[in-house]
Order: sequence, then C-alpha cells, then structure tokens
Amino acid sequence: MSIKTTSIKNFINSKRNLDMKSSARKSSRSFGGNLLLGIVLFILGFLFFFPVIYMINQSLKPLNEMYMFPPKLFVQNPTLDNFSDLVRIVSNTLVPFSRYLFNSLFVVVVGSIGHILIASMCAYPLAKYTFPGSKFISSLIVYSLMFNTTVTMVPNFITISKLGLIDTYGAIIFPTFASTLGLYLMKNFMEQIPDSLIEAGKIDGANQLQIHLKLVLPLVKPAAVTAFILVFQALWTNTGDKYIYSEKLKSVAYMLSQLASSSSVGVARAGVLAAASLIIFLIPVSVFLIMQTNVISTMTTSGMKE
Amino acid sequence: MELQLKMKRLWHEIKINRTLYLLMLPFLIFFVTFAVYPVLQAIYYSFTDYNVLEPANFIGLENYKKLLLEDTIFIKAIQNTFIIAVFVGPLGYILSFLLAWMINELPHWLGTILTVIFYAPSMAGNAIMVFALIFSNDSTGYLNGLLLKYGFISERILWLSDSDYVLPVVIIVSVWMSLGVGFLSFVAGIKGVDEAQYEAAAIDGIKNRWQELWYVTLPNMKPQLLFGAVMSITNSLSVGAVADSLVGFPSPNYASHTIVNHLNDYGLIRMEMGRASAIAVILFAIMILINVLIQKFLTKVGT
Repeated sequence: MSIKTTSIKNFINSKRNLDMKSSARKSSRSFGGNLLLGIVLFILGFLFFFPVIYMINQSLKPLNEMYMFPPKLFVQNPTLDNFSDLVRIVSNTLVPFSRYLFNSLFVVVVGSIGHILIASMCAYPLAKYTFPGSKFISSLIVYSLMFNTTVTMVPNFITISKLGLIDTYGAIIFPTFASTLGLYLMKNFMEQIPDSLIEAGKIDGANQLQIHLKLVLPLVKPAAVTAFILVFQALWTNTGDKYIYSEKLKSVAYMLSQLASSSSVGVARAGVLAAASLIIFLIPVSVFLIMQTNVISTMTTSGMKE
Repeated sequence: MELQLKMKRLWHEIKINRTLYLLMLPFLIFFVTFAVYPVLQAIYYSFTDYNVLEPANFIGLENYKKLLLEDTIFIKAIQNTFIIAVFVGPLGYILSFLLAWMINELPHWLGTILTVIFYAPSMAGNAIMVFALIFSNDSTGYLNGLLLKYGFISERILWLSDSDYVLPVVIIVSVWMSLGVGFLSFVAGIKGVDEAQYEAAAIDGIKNRWQELWYVTLPNMKPQLLFGAVMSITNSLSVGAVADSLVGFPSPNYASHTIVNHLNDYGLIRMEMGRASAIAVILFAIMILINVLIQKFLTKVGT
C-alpha cells in the first residue's frame, strides 16, 4: 500500500524541518540568551537531579558510611562491594536468575508493545471522528485517570481471580492494557493531524486500520514513545506480589525487593539493596535515553521513505 | 414515531462507523473489565459497610454523613489537600512548561540530555529519602546546617516534626517531584509545532523568542496544555505518598494529612473499605469539578 499525495509529503516535510530548526527559524536568537538559558537549565538540572545523585552515592558506600552520623551525601571511600555482594546473592537464588529475567522481559515486552497498539487503535477514532458514544467514551477515559486505585484493588483482585488469571503473566499484562494514560496522551497528539491527510489516505484506498498503522501512528511517534516509556517503567517496577505466587514466574523487581525485606538481614543488606535499586532504576532510564534520541532521528527519516 | 426515526438514524450512524468501533473494541474490552467495572464496584461499596472479609452491608449515605459531618480530621485533610494543590498544581504546571520550552531552545543533543536529567528523578522510586537528609531535624541536616552556619537561625528547626513546617516542606518536595508525564508531553508537543508557522510568524513581524512563545508556540499546543492540566490537577490533589515517607503517618498533629492519606488509613490500615470508597468518590467528584472548570477556562484562553 502506498500513501503518496502532495499534502502528506508537505506535512511530513514540514515535520522533518523541525529537526534542523535552529537554522530554519527566522526570528533572532541572541548568543547571550542561549547562554543564560543553558546556565539556568544546568543549575535547575542539578537541583532536580539531586535524588539520583543520592541514589548513585548510596550504592557506592561501604556499610559503615551508610550508617554514619552525621550522614553525608557524597561517598568518601567508594567501593563496588555492594555490587559484588549483589552478584553473589543473585547467583544463589532459589530459581536461576535468568528465569526472573525472562519473566520480567516477557511481561515488559508483550505488555508495552500490546498496550501501545491497543491504546493507539482506540485513540485514533476518538481523536479524529465524532460518532455515537465518542464523547462519552472520551470523558470516561479522562475521568478514569482520577479514581483512586486503593479502593479498586479489591474488585480488581476478585475479577482477576474469577478470570483464572492468578499466577499467570496475564494478571500483570491484561490490566495494563486497560490503562488510559498513554491512550489519552496519544489521542491529544492525534487531534493535531490535519483531516485532509486522513482523507488523502482514504482516497488512496487504505482502510482505517492501514491509515492508523501507516499514517497516524508514525505521525504521533513522540507521544507513542512517551507512552511506551511510561508503561515500560510501570511494568518493569511491578513486583506483581499480589497476583503471582510461583517463584518461577516472579520478576526481577520482585526478587530484588525481597533482598532486604527480611528484618534479620535488613541492616547488613542495606548496601545490596542500594545497589539493586540503582540497577532497577538504570534500566528504564537507559530505555528512556535511547528512545529520546531515536525519536529525533526517526522523525527525520520517516518522511523520506517513498 | 419520532423516536423510531431517531433510533433508525442512530443505528445507521453506528453502521457506517462500524470499522471505528472495531478498532476501539480490543481496548474497550480491557477497559471495561479492569477499569470501569472496579470503579462502579467501589462506588457501590461507598454506600456499604464493608471490611473485605465479610459481605458488604448496604447502609445508604451513612459513610458520607460520617465523613462530612463528624470526621473533623477529614475536613482538615480536605483543607490541606487544597492548600497543597493550589501551590503544587500551578507551580508544577508552569515549571514543566517553562523547562520544556527552554530545553527546546537549546541544540537537540543537549536538550535530550537535559530531558533525561529532569525526568529521571520521577523514575527513581525510593530516592525521595534524599529529602529526609536535606530537611533533617538534626543540626547536621543540610538545610539546618546551612542556615545555622550563616546565622539565619540560632536554633535548629524541626522541619519534619514541627507542625508549622511540615506542610510547607511537603509542598516544596511535591513541586520538586512534579516533573512527570505532563513535562514529557510538553517536550514532545513543542517539537511537533509546525515549522512553517514560525516562518510565517517571522514574516508577520515576530521579532524574538518571547513573542514566538506567546503567539505561535502556545496557541499550537492546546492539546498538550490540556493534557498537562488534567495531569496536574490529578497529581496535585493526590499528594500523599510524599508526606507518608517524609514525615511519617500520621503526620505531626495531622499538619500535612491529605485526602489520600485519609483514604489509605481507612482502606489499608483500618480495613474499612466502605468508608475508604466514600472518600475516593468525594475526591473523584472534586477532581471532576475542578477539571471541568479548568477546561472551560483553557478553551476560552485561545478564542
């Protein structure tokens, strides 16, 4: 299927230009202004990054420094002991570590890709068409973001157990498919796609699913990537302890959260826990970084395919 | 007769749009099962006496009456929540937008790094404990130490225990942590503003980036601004975890007790799910009301 019309090309070209924007923009940019912005951003960045700096330093502290009084933010004698301890513990788990890793990867990959597909398929009609029920469904989606999840936990548990999903990956994945945050985000971005573009796709004989997958979804890539990050992080940190009971189905997040939970080893393992939480944190951050850099490069190439 | 005609037209409209319904179907199945149904169930629980172990017992409006007429701590929680939201909502919103806009002014590689720096703390679960270090009650805490050293105060301040200071500390930390999904949507949204618009604006006499921001960027970002507003309202009215992990539960003299803290108290500690559900319904109603007002205001801004 090919969707080739001048309007699409123009639109995509205009999108492509964004990435060379500093040269394309006409209004003046003073060097002093840029410098000021840069300085302000780096000071603010340091302030906001404080929790992460703390986290990194904690993981490098030997045990005596961790409980030092008065506490210090920066590590005095950095050591990698916490990480080697972590490796030692991880290689002696009940179930091989690779099994935990597989469980996590499966849930995260199937869950986030499925979520983006299913949610974007629902966002497109709501963003670009009015039909019986469209307004009602849209507001339902927004308002569902506002209901506190503590009180829906019990009904959800009952539903999941009645569906026979307890102790399966489905107990984590399927409720994720119902999350509305990413959907709402993508819908808002889709509203900005010109109607003429979709009409052009129709004239070329594409059906709605093709229009969605080949035209609409690529154009809202920044939103889709953001939604992906959100759901990835949520799934990766989900310990699933309410629904998953078999050790061989448990996730990395669960396994690492158990390291320091038993009170008898609590103090001794504080360092291991700090190392573990840094690793748990670094995975979604790396994905975020990769995604952020890729959004820019994919946006520049998507228009060039003929 | 007229009704029949209407039904016929409705059916016709549904039929011509059937592919759209089909596209939405997979999501709607999950949505109804795991989102809509539990909410309806919770709304029903709010009219019952329900301890999770025994079947729910219908008691009408009793939960709401008790909450609104007898529970003085709940009234205090509503006040605190509003005070927190009034600061955290607008401040977090404006900060998110300004940062996203400034980041977009810089070269792309630098912008990417800064985006990650600003968003990463939201991913760092328990890193919130660094604030316990900063606002520590001891004279060795960062803030106390600094203020003592330069003579602003002569005696340490109990930031996390003095009921005069607890609420401001919770507000500051909440603003600090407020760069979340709203910020990300702004970053993505600004990138998506059509370049031709800037060029046209330059021809029309737009001189500098401030004018560009006001006349081109803002009007072109309505969907993202709306999204950010919804997220700010929801998040600022749901503050609770920050207070929990920083000053403990319950907060000294209930000084930073929020609606969500109250809800968790009944739902997770006392196991009075009926009462907790009633709190959730009240919070839900407050959020929808504020949301409708803000949306009305935001749609007016552009016209």
